[in-house]
Amino acid sequence: MRESAATVETTPHSAAGSLTVEGLEGWYGESHVLHGMSFDIRRGEVVTLLGRNGAGKTTTLRAIIGILGKRSGSIRFDGVETIGMTSRGIARLGIGYVPEERGIFSSLSTYENLMLPPRVKPGGLSVEDVYTLFPNLKERAASQGTKLSGGEQQMLAIGRILRTGAKTILLDEPTEGLAPVIVQQIGRTLQKLKGEGYTILLVEQNFRFAQTVADRHFVVEQGRVVDMIPNAELDANIAKLHAYLGV
Amino acid sequence: MTTIFGIPSQALFGQLLLGLINGSFYAMLSLGLAIIFGLLNIINFAHGAFYMVGAFVAWMLLNYTGLGYWWALVLAPVIVGGLGILIERGLIARLYKLDHLYGLLLTFGLALIIQGLFRNYYGVSGLPYAIPAELTGGQRLPFMFLPNYRGWIVVFSLVICLATWLVIEKTKLGAYLRAATENPTLVQAFGVNVPLLLTLTYGFGVALAALAGVLAAPVYSVNPNMGADLIIVVFAVVVIGGMGSILGSIITGFSLGLVEGLTKVFYPEASATAIFVIMVLVLLVKPAGLFGKPA
Amino acid sequence: MADTLAPAIEAAPIAPTLPESKDARALHRMVFVGIAVALVVLPFVLYPVFLMKVLCFALFALAFNLLLGYGGLLSFGHAAYFGMASYLSAYSAKIWGLTPELAILCGTATAGVLGFVFGSLAIRRQGIYFAMITLALAQMVFFFALQSKFTGGEDGIQAVPRGHLFGLVSLADDRVLYVLVASIFFGGLLLIYRIIHSPFGQVLKAIRDNEPRAISLGYRTHHYKLALFVLSTTLAGLAGATKAIVFQLASLTDVHWSMSGEVVLITLVGGLGTVFGPIAGALVIVTMENYLAPFGAWVTIIQGVVFVVCVLVFREGIVGMIARWAKRPL
Repeated sequence: MRESAATVETTPHSAAGSLTVEGLEGWYGESHVLHGMSFDIRRGEVVTLLGRNGAGKTTTLRAIIGILGKRSGSIRFDGVETIGMTSRGIARLGIGYVPEERGIFSSLSTYENLMLPPRVKPGGLSVEDVYTLFPNLKERAASQGTKLSGGEQQMLAIGRILRTGAKTILLDEPTEGLAPVIVQQIGRTLQKLKGEGYTILLVEQNFRFAQTVADRHFVVEQGRVVDMIPNAELDANIAKLHAYLGV
Repeated sequence: MTTIFGIPSQALFGQLLLGLINGSFYAMLSLGLAIIFGLLNIINFAHGAFYMVGAFVAWMLLNYTGLGYWWALVLAPVIVGGLGILIERGLIARLYKLDHLYGLLLTFGLALIIQGLFRNYYGVSGLPYAIPAELTGGQRLPFMFLPNYRGWIVVFSLVICLATWLVIEKTKLGAYLRAATENPTLVQAFGVNVPLLLTLTYGFGVALAALAGVLAAPVYSVNPNMGADLIIVVFAVVVIGGMGSILGSIITGFSLGLVEGLTKVFYPEASATAIFVIMVLVLLVKPAGLFGKPA
Repeated sequence: MADTLAPAIEAAPIAPTLPESKDARALHRMVFVGIAVALVVLPFVLYPVFLMKVLCFALFALAFNLLLGYGGLLSFGHAAYFGMASYLSAYSAKIWGLTPELAILCGTATAGVLGFVFGSLAIRRQGIYFAMITLALAQMVFFFALQSKFTGGEDGIQAVPRGHLFGLVSLADDRVLYVLVASIFFGGLLLIYRIIHSPFGQVLKAIRDNEPRAISLGYRTHHYKLALFVLSTTLAGLAGATKAIVFQLASLTDVHWSMSGEVVLITLVGGLGTVFGPIAGALVIVTMENYLAPFGAWVTIIQGVVFVVCVLVFREGIVGMIARWAKRPL
């Protein structure tokens, strides 16, 4: 247990539209992965979870959306306690999930993939809006979803969530394995979404990318948040961050 | 009289037609099994029992309420589908977290119960069910006499199978079903009511079996054992086709019925085992099944 | 409400292994002694014919459970081996005039050969497909038995002579026959126990728990599975062949799918994957069927209910439950 664990600043949950995670424990089968995760996101904020492989970042997203086998603690969304809810109920509150493996369905066309998630809140993008954002998807509308390139699949995974009207988005390593030009495009998209007031929880290994969009960074180690670095102070803390990430 | 390979054409085409009729039932049953297996990951051993119940509901509607064949065609699938929904909610849903083999054991037990109950009340001698008046008679074709009702079975089941395929491949509901078959957890995390989808899918698969039962009622006598042996043949059909493809199940079902019909003409002793022999051959050559993806 | 979906990775295995220890071995030795004592004492209390029926079904279920519990393979067609062995045993005793021990051997060997052929096919697929394939193959055997001349069709082979053991000892007396049947049963039980605890059995467990890993360790898993399948069908055949001599009858009932279902039920009630479960299961199910015989079709219904209840609320079975209480594998 690190000294810094105790000094993490946790903003008291106040504003509506925030996500507050407190004392979150999570298990994968028998193995205990999350050990009291605590952090919060304010409405309209972009926050990243940084950390090494296996630190529990992806597991945290799975716990929030409710697809982790066993979890306890507290996850409040807009003041609603979601720890006892099904993933379906949580999604219906207006949380969109973009999984690390992207979750494009091979038996569905690109268009069907795009249309699959039901609308959960008013105000989602129209299909045309999504196509404007990601023109490739329009060209490939009839293709089998998994025949798309990695970058296109990532756009599809993000685009279909934007359609649902969810204004809080859990985004798991959107840039992983993608070409720099695609990474830039995704970065611009996230900037744009941020400008439109979306709340985004981003899991990233690439803090250089995270730096371009995020307001704050939570450092995750062994299933708990051990530090918080505001984006403005990131450069000043670069040595510390290197130590955390082991790069 | 014309002959083909030394067989009178009337006999040959007659058997082929019978084969095609059996094939219709194989297709409808294996289609239901495949859809249920795809989404629920259980093999529904009670499928044959529901087919039998479908035929019995048709018989009961006629004899207890006076509602005829056309009513039965609509009501029997609805009633049996409803029964399936209750069974899925009450029993099968408790097994989703367990080894898939428990689903097989549970539905095997259900099949024993359902078949046993009907045997108790209706005996095993079989009850007659008349061909509806609109479909009696037949057509004299150049090469054979085609009874209208038999033609109806083939055409109607083909329409039902293709409609099912279209719904699954071309509609929003079908997209949910396909997506949930691939990754139910993610579909649920999008806010889709996957448990409801599972329930409806089971109900629909079972309703298909009941519909096949109504179609079968006028050609086979309505008998508590009519589904028990059939389901084992349908299992072989499913092994041959592989459960990965909806269209594959339909094609395999119809073609194996035809092959069985041909066997009846050329080597009648082997007709009961023809499909099992084909299963053996397919296992030797293509273990994943004709339309299956290798595991 | 918990997540109701079924992630395949988290699915509980159908036959979990409990850790084995020296302690458990000692307990098992005591159970063996207990069974031996029971085998000696029981014929003085219960009808020998009833006991022989229980023993035949217990051996049948032990053989089935060997495949399921230690190979993770659910065969839904074990009646084929039980039934064909029963036919061959009956036929060779009645028509060829073989002595009972040779007739039983003849039936057993038939089941082994059949098991080799069918096993080679069935192990090409796993899980649910394996169950469906074994069922379909067994149904093929059923139709063969129905149509062949030598099986006697609907009548079966009746009035099979019990004969003289080794040509010397008459088995006409139930108590004498009981000694033979009890010996066969106990021998079969010991053999199965040896197989489970042999290095061969350890490899099988490794394959059942993680086949890809076993393959990567260099085991030719198909060979092991096939060997297990043949052992299981041979022992099922031994049970069927013995049964034909005891009841002097081989019939279609023995090869019908409901017999395959019955052995699954016996094992389920006794405890899937437990060493001694099938014995308890056979005792319960055979007793139940004896009492229910006058009620005709209700037997099937009650079997169905027992299936459903066991799967829903009593998956560990009788011996599985005792083992949990005793905190030791049984």
